[in-house]
Amino acid sequence: MILFDDVSRAFNGRVVLNHVSFEVEKGETFVIIGQSGTGKTVTLKHIAGLLEPDSGDVIVSGKRMNGASRRVREELRNRMGVVFQSGALINWMTVGDNVALPMVEHKMYKKDEIDKRVDKYLGILHLLEAKDRMPADISGGMRKRASLARVLVKNPEIILYDEPTSGLDPVMSCLISELIRQMQRDYGVTSVVVTHDMNSAYQIADRIAMLYRGEIIQCDVPEKIKHSDNPIVSQFVNGELSGPIRVY
Amino acid sequence: MGAFLLKRISSLFEDIGERFFYLMETSGYTILLLLECLYYLKNLFSKGREIMKHMYVAGVKSLLVCSIVALFTGMILALQAGIEFAVYGQQAMVGNLVIASMTREMGPFTTAIILTASVGSSMAAEIGTMKVSEEIDALEMMSISPVKFLVMPRVVALSIMLPVVSVYTTALGTLGGGIVANYQLNVTWDVYYAHVLESLKFKDTYVGLFKAFVNGVVISGVSCSEGLRASNGAMGVGKATRSSVVTSFLMVLILGYYITSIFYGRQM
Repeated sequence: MILFDDVSRAFNGRVVLNHVSFEVEKGETFVIIGQSGTGKTVTLKHIAGLLEPDSGDVIVSGKRMNGASRRVREELRNRMGVVFQSGALINWMTVGDNVALPMVEHKMYKKDEIDKRVDKYLGILHLLEAKDRMPADISGGMRKRASLARVLVKNPEIILYDEPTSGLDPVMSCLISELIRQMQRDYGVTSVVVTHDMNSAYQIADRIAMLYRGEIIQCDVPEKIKHSDNPIVSQFVNGELSGPIRVY
Repeated sequence: MGAFLLKRISSLFEDIGERFFYLMETSGYTILLLLECLYYLKNLFSKGREIMKHMYVAGVKSLLVCSIVALFTGMILALQAGIEFAVYGQQAMVGNLVIASMTREMGPFTTAIILTASVGSSMAAEIGTMKVSEEIDALEMMSISPVKFLVMPRVVALSIMLPVVSVYTTALGTLGGGIVANYQLNVTWDVYYAHVLESLKFKDTYVGLFKAFVNGVVISGVSCSEGLRASNGAMGVGKATRSSVVTSFLMVLILGYYITSIFYGRQM
């Protein structure tokens, strides 16, 4: 479904991704972990076609995302959604209008149907009471859930999550993790999740890849990542200060 | 010493080259943005509410500051000209000068300056903030063109409102000139009004309106373009806002000269 083929990318001479390759199967939940600044979000933005690689290819549903024409890119993007780290809600629109936005702009349904779908997904994410509030008036966690609702209304085949549980309380974090799982179970959605939250990663992942200094150092099932022999992976997943990862 | 001087000179040329390429890149990006706006004019009616909202901001919300600036611009023009005309006993001519200056240049120019500072800067800041907070990326991921959703309504609103507000500032500037003519230069209202009508030419009016329209397109285009290219958080938004104001000012002045030159250059 998603093929990341030997992708390299540098910013101002600093290599962020160094010949990174991985493949995500249809219906799989693939989790990318790693320290801040190792290129996790950059990887996600390459899959979304928001960044172009310096070399290598990003293939989504059999079509090359990098260098694609606007038409192909839009066609691919119509089949995917991104839950951004900050929520990225349009700040002058209410939560309800934000969730309705893709349906309104693409004239996907009639007004009544749009309202029903907005209420349905806001309900699932326990956000109905925030429907008429502005993004600035709700918490970071609520913004993130609203962003997820905005993605879900499109019924995407692929969902990319950038830190979906950061800033959420443990209960809400568990709800989001369960929802990611449910999307895979019920609708066969393919997910790529970037996270620091190891509990959530173990809960949702089919496979976990660890990015370190622009390279994938291990990609395996959660159980093997949990008990990894690789000292870098082991230090990271166990949150230890001593080890090969230099903290300062 | 020689090596140091050579290094400084080469760094100066590097800086000039960098600025030149930045200017070229900005111009190219803005022109392409405006062309894309033209394409999205087909969605004009579906974006009616957005356009009206921006027209309200550009027109009604700028009315007070436009009124004050226009009134005093007319008063200054009348007073400066009146002092000179009085030497020859021709104070009544201030009416001719005020209306010609206001319709040809000062009306569109002062309106452009006010709207650059108030509306243009806020456009750049608003879109720049959206850019750095990933809202533009989110729009792209929903296959919603930021040009259709954000830029086109603003460009249309400002290119309609700038001529409208320009007519208002011209009228108010002329009134300001009349107040000075009447109370300081001893020119009666009737005489002032007759001279105003004498010099109110159709060509001046449409050239002034055309200038205002071009200014509207330029200010909104430059402001949106700077906003869409903002990066590096709050600092980047500040830089984009400043750059949008400076570039818009310069473009209004430069294009103002060329439009005048095209329409009036042959009269000399």
